Amino acid sequence: MAAITRRLITSSSISLSSRSISSWWKNVQPAPKDPILGVTEAFLADPSPHKVNVGVGAYRDDNGKPVVLDCVREAEKRIAGNLNMEYLPMGGSNNMIEETLKLAYGEDSDLIKDKRIAAIQALSGTGACRIFADFQKRFSPDSQIYIPVPTWSNHHNIWRDANVPERTFHYYHPETKGLDFASLMDDVKNAPNGSFFLLHACAHNPTGVDPSVEQWKEISYQFKVKGHFAFFDMAYQGFASGDPERDAKSIRIFLEDGHLIGCSQSYAKNMGLYGQRVGCLSLVCEDEKQAVAVKSQLQQLARPMYSNPPVHGALIVSIILSDPDLKQLWLKEVKGMADRIIGMRTSLRENIEKLGSPLSWEHITNQIGMFCYSGMTPEQVDRLTKEFHIYMTRNGRISMAGVTSGNVEYLAKAIHEVTKTA
Amino acid sequence: MLYLFFASDESENVKKMKSCSADRRLSVISHHLLLPINDDEAAIIISPSPTSSSSSDPLFANTPRAPEDPILGVTVAYNKDPTPVKLNLGVGAYRTEEGKPLVLNVVRKAEQLLVNDRSRVKEYLPIVGLADFTKLSAKLILGADSPAILGNLVTTVQCLSGTGSLRVGAEFLARHYYQRTIYIPNPTWGNHTKIFTLAGLTVKTYRYYDPVTRGLNIKGLLEDLGSAPSGAIVLLHACAHNPTGVDPTLEQWEQIRRLIRSKTMLPFFDSAYQGFASGSLDEDARSVRLFVADGGECFIAQSYAKNMGLYGERVGSLSIVCRTADVASRVESQLKLVIRPMYSNPPIHGASIVSTILKDRNLYQEWTLELKAMADRIITMRKQLFDALRARETPGDWSHIIKQIGMFTFTGLNTKQVAFMTREYHIYMTSDGRISMAGLSSRTVPHLADAIHAAVTSVV
Repeated sequence: MAAITRRLITSSSISLSSRSISSWWKNVQPAPKDPILGVTEAFLADPSPHKVNVGVGAYRDDNGKPVVLDCVREAEKRIAGNLNMEYLPMGGSNNMIEETLKLAYGEDSDLIKDKRIAAIQALSGTGACRIFADFQKRFSPDSQIYIPVPTWSNHHNIWRDANVPERTFHYYHPETKGLDFASLMDDVKNAPNGSFFLLHACAHNPTGVDPSVEQWKEISYQFKVKGHFAFFDMAYQGFASGDPERDAKSIRIFLEDGHLIGCSQSYAKNMGLYGQRVGCLSLVCEDEKQAVAVKSQLQQLARPMYSNPPVHGALIVSIILSDPDLKQLWLKEVKGMADRIIGMRTSLRENIEKLGSPLSWEHITNQIGMFCYSGMTPEQVDRLTKEFHIYMTRNGRISMAGVTSGNVEYLAKAIHEVTKTA
Repeated sequence: MLYLFFASDESENVKKMKSCSADRRLSVISHHLLLPINDDEAAIIISPSPTSSSSSDPLFANTPRAPEDPILGVTVAYNKDPTPVKLNLGVGAYRTEEGKPLVLNVVRKAEQLLVNDRSRVKEYLPIVGLADFTKLSAKLILGADSPAILGNLVTTVQCLSGTGSLRVGAEFLARHYYQRTIYIPNPTWGNHTKIFTLAGLTVKTYRYYDPVTRGLNIKGLLEDLGSAPSGAIVLLHACAHNPTGVDPTLEQWEQIRRLIRSKTMLPFFDSAYQGFASGSLDEDARSVRLFVADGGECFIAQSYAKNMGLYGERVGSLSIVCRTADVASRVESQLKLVIRPMYSNPPIHGASIVSTILKDRNLYQEWTLELKAMADRIITMRKQLFDALRARETPGDWSHIIKQIGMFTFTGLNTKQVAFMTREYHIYMTSDGRISMAGLSSRTVPHLADAIHAAVTSVV
C-alpha cells in the first residue's frame, strides 16, 4: 500500500502536494496557562527537595501521597473482568443518578419519590456546570449568571463559553476574611427579579468561607421574595464537616422553602475519583412530566458534546452507594479525610502563632473545606514560591489537603517570613 | 418513531412572542429542536422564558420535550418492545454470534493489570489527557514512522471518544480558523450536524452516496467540493463510511486529496473504525496517511469505541497535524482552553486500557487478531445476508451488501419499508435504512432476510 501511495504522490504535480503559502495557524497565540492546573506543572518541574504543593485541590494523606479509598479499590475489583463496557444511555447510569440524588436531596426526599428531579450523569462538576450553562442559554437566553467574588476560576470560563453573560455578587470580606453578608444580601435584593445565582453549597472554593445556617435561611428567604434561581455547585459534600448530611444543609434549606433549584455534584474529591470524571447535574421541576422534558433537553446538550458519559466511574459510585457495607466504609473514609484537614488547619494556625506573627490567623480554623484563603498577596505568594518552593495559586489560596505533619512547620515558617512585615 | 410533546399553554406562549430579537433566538433554538416530522404533527412553537418571572411562572415551565435521538432512540424503542423475537440493528455496537456484547480478551487483561497495580492512583489527568495514550494514538493512525510525528508537527489531545474529539476540534476551528463552514458527506452519521452546529460552524453537504449504484457518487463529490469556497473545512470518513459503508478507492482518495489541497481546504477525518473495516489497522489508515504524507495540515478524530470495544469508557483522541512544531505547541495550548470549561480533563480509565495494550507488543498483537476476528465475522454476516436474499429471489440488486464495508449496510430501504419491518417483524433500525451488521448472527439472518423480502415486495 505504501508503494502505491508513493507512486501516486510523486506522480502528482508539486504545487498540489503541499501549499506554498504559510500555515493557517501562525496567528494562533499561545494560551495563558490555567491558573490552577499550571501550578502543579510548575511544582513538578521544580527539583528542590523541600518543595510543597498546596495548589490544586486534590487530597493527600499525611505522607503527601494521593489516596485511593478502600471502598473504591473494592468496587474496582468487583468491576474488573465482570462487566461489559457498553454505552451508557445519554443521560448516564440511572442507578448512579438515583444514589447521587439521595445524597443531595435526602434519602427520603419527596422530590425523588415524585420523580420531580431531572438529572443526568455529568463529567464531574465541570461537566455538570457546563451542561447547565448551555441549558440556561438555550432556555433562558436573556438571562445572566451571578457569580460570587471570588469563585473557582473555571466558573467564569464555563459560563463564558456557554455565552451566558456574567455578573458578580459580593461574597468574601477581605478585612474579616469571612463572609460579607450585608453586601451579599444587598446584591441579592438589587438584582432584577428572577436572576440566576451560582452558590457554593458548602466549603466555598477558594475562600473556605460558608454562610451560617441562619444566613442561609435569610438568603433563601430573599431568593423567594425576588424569585431568583439558585444553582448550587456542590463539589465537597462530606469533605467540609465530615458529614454529608450536614454539608447539604444549604440545599435542604432552599428545598424546604420550596425553591426549584439546580445542582451540580462531583465525586472527584469526596470519593477520590478525580480522573474518572463522575458527577451529576440535577434540576428540580414542578412535576414528573416537566422533569422528563427537561431531562430530554439536557441529553440533547450532552449528545453533541460527548454522546454519553464514561461508565467506569459511574459503576464505582453505584457499587459503593448501593452496598450498605461499602457505603458505611465510604462515609468513614470521607470523615477521615475531613478530620485530617481540620487537624491540619489547627496545626498550621498554631505553628504560625507560635512564631509570634503580629497578624490574626483565626481564619485558618474558621474557614472550612479543602481550601484556606490565607489573605496573602500575589507578591507574597511569589516569594513563597521563589524562596521556599511552596506552590499555590496567586490568590493566596492554600489547599489544606497538601499540608502534612511533615511540612506544616516549614509552611508556617515560610508564611510567617513573607507576612511578618505586612 | 419521532414524537414531540407540547407545552400545555401554547396560545399563551404565542402571545408572548414579541420582538425581532426574540424571533432570531427562536429560530436558533428551533433549528436545534425541529426534526423531520410527519404531516400529522403541527410545528412546535417555543417562546423564551421571561427572566423576571413572577412566582407563578416557574422557569423551564415551557420546556418542550425533545425528540428521541434518532440513533440511540432505536435501542430505547427496541427495549420497550415486549415481543420475544426482535432484532436490534440500530446502534453500531458489536455483538457476538450469540448476540452478546463483547469485551476483548486484551481489554480484560489490561483491566486486570490496572486493578492489580496498587501504585496506580485516580488523580486528574492533564487537560490534554494521558501522555502515553496520546502519543500511541497518534502513531496508530499516522504510522510509527510518520515524518509528521518525528517532526513534532502533531498535537494530540485525549477526548471523549469520537464525539468529543470532533466537538473539541470544531470548537477550536470556530475560534481560530477563518472559514466557518464545514462540508459533510450526504448522508453521514446523524450526530455530525449537531456537533458542528453547536460548536459554531455552518454545515453544508457534498454529494457522496449514489442511491442508484448504491456506491460512491465520485463525480458529484468532486463537483460539490470543487464549487465550495477555498479554505472550507471538509469532513471525511477515514474508512467504513457511516451509514453507507461505501468508501472511496485509493485512486479516488487521491483525486479527493488533490482537489482539497488545490483549494486549500482543510480535511477533518473522522476515524471511528480503524481496523474494523478491512481487518487491518494499516490498511484502514491509508486515506489519512495519504493526506498527511503531502505535508499539509489536517484534523483527525479517533475513537476506540468499536475497535477496542471500549464504547462506554469514552476513549478517543483529536490530532491536529500542523506545519511547524511551534505552531503545534500553540495550537495545543488553545485546545486546552476549549477543554477546560467543558469538562476540565478527560476520564482516565479507558485511556489507561488503550495505552496498556498499545505499548505492549504481545497485547498489541493479540488485539490485532481479535480485531480481525470481529471484522471477519461481519464480513461473514454480509455474505450470509446476501446469499439469503438471493435464495429468496428478493427483487433488486443486493450486491451492495457485500461491496459495502464496515459495521453498517445502507440497505436502500425507504422509511415506509423500515417502519413496516419494525411493525411486522420487530426489526429495529434507523429510518434511513441503515442496519448494523454487528447485530446479526447466523441464527437471525433468515429472519432479517424474510423481513426485507416482505418489505420490498409489499411496501413501495
